[in-house]
This record gives sequence, C-alpha cells and structure tokens, in this order.
Amino acid sequence: MLEEAFRDQWGRVLATLVGILGDIELAEDAAQEAFALAAERWPHEGEPGNPTGWLIATARNRAIDRIRREQTLARKTKQLGRELLDPQEETMDDSATLPDERLELIFTCCHPALSPEAQVALTLRTLGGLSTEEVADAFLVPFETMSKRLSRAKRKIRTAGIPFAVPPAHALPERLDTALAVIYLVFNQGWGAGRLDLASEAIRLGRVLAALMPDEAEVLGLLALMLINDSRRDARFRDGEVVLLDDQDRSLWNAEQIREGRVLLERATALGGTGPYVLQAAIADLHTTEPRDWEQIALLYGALSHLTGSPVVELNRAVAIAETEGPAAALAILDRLELDDYRYLHSTRAAMLRRLGRDEDARLAYERALELTDPGPEREFLAMRRSELPPAERDV
Amino acid sequence: MKYALLAYSRGEAPEGGRSREMHPGIAAVLKRPEVTGYMRLEETDSATTVRFEGRKMLTDGPFVDSKEYLGGLIMVEAENLDDVLAIAVELQELDLSAAIEVRPVFEQELGGA
Repeated sequence: MLEEAFRDQWGRVLATLVGILGDIELAEDAAQEAFALAAERWPHEGEPGNPTGWLIATARNRAIDRIRREQTLARKTKQLGRELLDPQEETMDDSATLPDERLELIFTCCHPALSPEAQVALTLRTLGGLSTEEVADAFLVPFETMSKRLSRAKRKIRTAGIPFAVPPAHALPERLDTALAVIYLVFNQGWGAGRLDLASEAIRLGRVLAALMPDEAEVLGLLALMLINDSRRDARFRDGEVVLLDDQDRSLWNAEQIREGRVLLERATALGGTGPYVLQAAIADLHTTEPRDWEQIALLYGALSHLTGSPVVELNRAVAIAETEGPAAALAILDRLELDDYRYLHSTRAAMLRRLGRDEDARLAYERALELTDPGPEREFLAMRRSELPPAERDV
Repeated sequence: MKYALLAYSRGEAPEGGRSREMHPGIAAVLKRPEVTGYMRLEETDSATTVRFEGRKMLTDGPFVDSKEYLGGLIMVEAENLDDVLAIAVELQELDLSAAIEVRPVFEQELGGA
C-alpha cells in the first residue's frame, strides 16, 4: 500500500512510463522500484524539486537498465527488443515538461476489447494505485484470481495491440461511456458493500477525468452525481442500519460536497449536457432540497427513462408521479413494468395500493416483496409495513 | 501489426454452395491497401478432418460441427487494434449474419498470406 501522497502520483507517473516504455507490465515494475527508492531516500535526503519528474526519470532508467541486462543474458521478446533498437541515452531532465498521459491510460484500461471485470481491475490498479491484493479485496475474489485477471488483461493489451491513445472524435462518445461506466461501477461497488474507501477512489478517478476533460458534460455530470450521493455517507447508517433519505439527519450531510457537485452540475448544464449522468446528478441534487420539487424530479426521470429505456428508472418516475398526481397514476405506470423479480417493484406497488385503501392487494404485494428479500433490516421493514395493514378480511 | 480476421457465417449454407459472386461492398473493402491477403473457403460439407483419437482418423466433415462455420480469412496490416476493428465492423455491417473474430498474428517470417 502506497502512502497517500504517493497514491496521487502513481497514476500520473505510471501513465508517462507506459507512454515511454510501451508496455504496462514493464512500466509497473519500474514504477514500483522508483517509488520504493523514493520511500527509502526522501525522508532523509528531502523531496526533490520535481518529485514527479524524479520518479519518472528514475523508473525509466531502471527499466532501460533492466531491458539491457536481460537482452545480454538471453533473447528478449520482440516487443522489448524493439525498444532497444532506439536506446535513449540521455537522462531525463528533472525540469523537463512531462506529458500527462493518464487520459491515454484510462482509455487503454477501459477498452471495450477487455472484459468489464478486467477494465475495472486494471483501472483501479494502474490509475488508482491499488495493489493487486486491494483490488482483489474490493471485488471479493481470491488474490490468485485477481492476479491472473490483471496479467491476462495486460497480456491482451500487448498481444492484441490495444492502442495507448485517446480515441478520435468519432469514437470518443462511445469509448467515454465505457470509461464512465467503469468509474461509476467502482463507486456503486463501494456503496453497495459499505466500502467507503472505494467510493472515495471512484471520486478521485472522476476528478482526474474531469480535470483532463473539463468540457465533457457527462464527465462533470458523473463527478457531480458521485459527490452529491457521497455527501450523505455519514447519514446513511445509524447503529448499522440503513436510514432512508427522508429520515436522515441532514446536519450530517457534507454541505461542501453538495456545493461542489452543484457547481459541476451547473457547468455540465451550461455545456448543454443532457446525458444520463447529468440527469441523474440533477435528480440527486433535487433530492437534497426541501420541500422537494417532485414535478421536476418526475420530468427528469421521464427524460432519463427515454434515454435508457430502463424499467427501474420508470419505477422511480412512478414514485415521483405519486407525489404530483397521486397513487393511482403511479400504479398505472407500475403495472406496465416487466419487473416481476424486482423486489422494489412489489414494495412500491404495495405502498401505492395501501394509499389507495386496497389493503388486500397491498398485503399480497408486500408478501411478494418479502419472498424476494433476503433476511435483514430491509425484510424487517417490509414485514412491519405489512403488519400495519388492518387484519385480513375473511371471504363472506 | 498483422491481424487475421476470421469470418464466421451462421446457419445453413445455401443448397448447392454459396454464390460465386462476392458482395460488391466486401470486394471493395478487400481491395484496400491494409488488406494484405484473403481467402474464401468452400462449404464445410466439402471438409475432411484428420485427427488422432487413439488412432489416426479421417472423417468426413469439419472438426467442429456447429451452426457457425469459418467462411473465410482476411489478412490485415494495421497500426493497432482500433484500426483493424474499424475494418471488421465495416465488413460485419455488410453481412449482419456474420461474426468476425479478430486475432493478432504471431509474427514470424513465414510464407503464406
């Protein structure tokens, strides 16, 4: 595990090294050596004037030494052999302007020719600076499995010729979608598993991307969405139990993060952003103000549903519609959805039926929801709701 | 880098073999300078397979008997995977029933395509 200060440097240093050496594995080994050397020396000798430059130059020289050594010992693979045909003798000057190639690295790691699992693992390892062990932990897989997954991905990048480049304009939107999905997946993995460090890591990656692509509305939208959702992290649990948004102690919300998210959202909107992340960020933002503007929330869910065609989004729209047009209108939407295996469909239906006074139908819906819910706080919550209904009437 | 595009077709091969004529769109792509060679294969019902299963065996038919069959092979010289994928996508869009597997070629100075 690298020190926090080093973590911020890792992705930056590694990206430049991949650019120079043309190979992620080689760059990783070299970076590792340079960081270890820095950890050993800097505390005594002081930090060099340009720490990033020092790390890159040191790693680069180590890598070249190593290639040369291996070259004389044995025949090296062609890839490395080619590097040697053009030996750059000069040591990189510390003050040289070093290109920031993190964007190239993001697009390499999130290339659609790699499996989604590999994309996520590689992004966390290379840009996030997480160790293989930490990445394995985050996804609850054995170390060996993760280690193989990472090696296989790096091998494919090399063998298949996945480019280290930012995609051309015509391919950018699609490729950017993949990169954003990877970051959002890390964030949600963090939320779902209560791994707040992962959520923070996703925000860190989101910040890197936003700094590198400040004019991409969806990039800003994603960062805004993560910041606003994450602002509630301290209010989300009480005594180990999930606290619903309505019952949260708002004084525990991180106001600074909400403010930052809002600024980003405004910039994204000014750029004409109407993509799924911008819309979700706008919805998340509306949920932070009281009284809530359900009309606007319903409209945004409508737009999002139109974009994504997702029945889960429609379900959320129905909840907003219940506030503006009443439970009957919401129920009409819910009954069109093909989500029979989704517990929230049934719990939401139950709530609407209850408000309409259809107690028997509500009871059936709660029962269906209970069938689909694992034991735990959520199940207890549903059981309590069911027990609040008047006693079942017998057939007459 | 050198790549091989393995063009798979799906479903029953038409009775009496495929048309001798090549789709004009595909023919145009194959004339590009990046395409260094290609071959179309006859139907799998004309295939003979040699293998060893306890003893040397000769069987009538393809090695893998499935609905998908290898219909042809295209050799491409490209800068990187993105460039070769662009060609693969173009070809695939000309025959939506086909699937194209892109494989880097183990680089070795040998004869052939």
